[in-house]
Amino acid sequence: MKDTLLDLYRKEQDAIRGKATPLVNRMRDHALSRFRKNGFPSTKKESWRFTDLSPLLNTDFVFDFRNKSKNMDIDKIFTCDVYDLDTFSLTLLNGWYVYKNAPLTRLSNGTIIGSLAKAMEVYPDLVDEYIGKAAKTEAYEMAALNTAFLQDGLFIYVPEGVKVEKPIQLINIVNAEYPVFLQPRHLIVAQKDADLTIVHCDHSLTHNVSFTNTVTEVYAEKGARVDHYKVQNKGRNSALVTNSFFHQKENSHISSNIITLNGGFTKNIVDHTISGSAAHAEHYGLYLVDSNQHVDNQVNIDHATPGSRSDQLFKGILDDEAKAVFSGKVMVRRHSQQTEAHQNNRNILLTDEAKANTQPHLEIYADDVKCSHGATVGQLDPDAMFYLRSRGLCERTARQMMMVAFAGEVVKKISIEALRNRISHLVEKRLKGELSICDQCVLHCNSKEPTAFNIDLSKL
Amino acid sequence: MLSIKNLTVSIKGKTIIRGLNLEVKEGEVHAIMGPNGSGKSTLASVIAGRDNYEVEEGEVLYNGQNLLELPAETRAREGIFLGFQYPVEIPGVSIANFMRTALNEKRKYLGLEPLTGAEFLKLMEEKKKMVDIHSKLTNRSVNEGFSGGEKKKNEIFQMALLEPRLAILDETDSGLDIDALKVVAGGVNKLRRNDNATVVITHYQRLLDYIVPDHVHVLYEGYIIKSGGKELALELEEKGYEWIKKETVA
Repeated sequence: MKDTLLDLYRKEQDAIRGKATPLVNRMRDHALSRFRKNGFPSTKKESWRFTDLSPLLNTDFVFDFRNKSKNMDIDKIFTCDVYDLDTFSLTLLNGWYVYKNAPLTRLSNGTIIGSLAKAMEVYPDLVDEYIGKAAKTEAYEMAALNTAFLQDGLFIYVPEGVKVEKPIQLINIVNAEYPVFLQPRHLIVAQKDADLTIVHCDHSLTHNVSFTNTVTEVYAEKGARVDHYKVQNKGRNSALVTNSFFHQKENSHISSNIITLNGGFTKNIVDHTISGSAAHAEHYGLYLVDSNQHVDNQVNIDHATPGSRSDQLFKGILDDEAKAVFSGKVMVRRHSQQTEAHQNNRNILLTDEAKANTQPHLEIYADDVKCSHGATVGQLDPDAMFYLRSRGLCERTARQMMMVAFAGEVVKKISIEALRNRISHLVEKRLKGELSICDQCVLHCNSKEPTAFNIDLSKL
Repeated sequence: MLSIKNLTVSIKGKTIIRGLNLEVKEGEVHAIMGPNGSGKSTLASVIAGRDNYEVEEGEVLYNGQNLLELPAETRAREGIFLGFQYPVEIPGVSIANFMRTALNEKRKYLGLEPLTGAEFLKLMEEKKKMVDIHSKLTNRSVNEGFSGGEKKKNEIFQMALLEPRLAILDETDSGLDIDALKVVAGGVNKLRRNDNATVVITHYQRLLDYIVPDHVHVLYEGYIIKSGGKELALELEEKGYEWIKKETVA
């Protein structure tokens, strides 16, 4: 697979390099040489020990280095109106930005939203100032691969002091009749005191094999606030690797919430650097997996400055033969006094075959800190089950009530009420076994408005 | 209503209850007293349907049905209620949602229409007043962060909503101050009717000043070694369990 990719790069480099900025292409060259040297991560690497990519790499994947999606009338293929939730809705189809009316929009308050490929042409200085600064291609093989092939994705730039009122919703759709390998690249910048909410939905419309390797870089300047939600509802045959890099400065606030409702293979990597005091990072995750689904969340947080705070809570419910992995490292550097860091991973196994590997980890070199970590893997509390049943609830209802309550601790962290209600409903549906990827857009299924889904494959 | 004959129960191979007999009729209040480890809580678990014990011998009939064959939830829907010695904390499950689900599952079992949200809220307010429970308690997660007294009040509140025919109150007085004890006992007394029965399990006589039993039984090492009227509780309080033990041996 590695050689195939390197060959492909040689053949297609003109198309791949395209109109990217010179800086981006230099970055690409570095990343490519790293990929040539390191290849795909193997299970010999600690952070991939329980997550084996190799079986997924045997497919003959198809790559598209030209945007065939830009002029797609996406509403005819897929519409996603989240009832009660007014958003700027943007779509990536098979990794490419769908133009709708424009590839790049500049709002009256100066906010720029649109295609990264286009932004590299129109706002090269803005892109160059940030891109690749947080994405560590030396430490993360998949991020190096993404950077080597970087072409398009989402670009958001919020100027100083601007609060973007509506959440920006990015829908990342995979819809292809052939096995596609996609590498979207997103760049999100919140300038000083800016305020931004992003809802990022990953899902597939078909049951075909696909591999998505995405990199998202999020920058929060002084006093900025970024809320980032990922909702993952993908088919059994899809593989998704997300590499999210966060970099925040003083007094800023970043919160990230990853909800994995379905997915064949999912690995979410978060790398977060806090380089300003009084900054606060929150990372939450919920994974509900069954059959032979595999989900891995890896979170590395670097407290590179005194007086910052991070909170992590990842919870999972595993049914059938599902597997989950959590590994997290919180690094508190020697000079990073008055750091507060909490890390917690809790898993419920519903069967004897389900498996969770959890490795929370704190690395603390400062002496005046407040840190905690914890991990549990267990069953539903039998005492609580009996308590509920002794009041007349059947076992099934009691189990569901406890699972919803368990998941609820993560769901209630969602600050947008409409989104929280929707996700809460989805989680309940998922736990009752009523949600499959056939429900299409996960944010859709409780819509009170009539919605049509006429997927016309001939248009693709 | 409840008829226990020659009941022998073990937990992990250890016999806890040995050949116990007990008859409870409608309208009666029974007190089962005994020192720690005498089998009181095991008896409560057997009646409510916890599955951590083995019934070696004997039978438990409830209104003529073999209770031991029924799962815990069916027993509850048939009108059995266990007030827990240690009510379980269940974070994230609200009392209101829990109780509405419980009540509606019971109504469905009995062939009744489920209560609507509004009907349930009205009923809940009524019962709250009845057992003197503060409104904010029911908005919280089940027992989460409750004080000992709040937990026990919450048990009585659930009992008031579910209107059981047979209530087993396991050490409901443990960990209560006198004011909470009065509230809990007052709730139980208000719920007393001619067609229901209550079995109060307690270590101390104190609770029986407020919930006056028709019958008192002393459980010791898995047997009921003495039964009597309410005066037996007072005698026990005065002379201690040693007195009964000696008397039985004699």
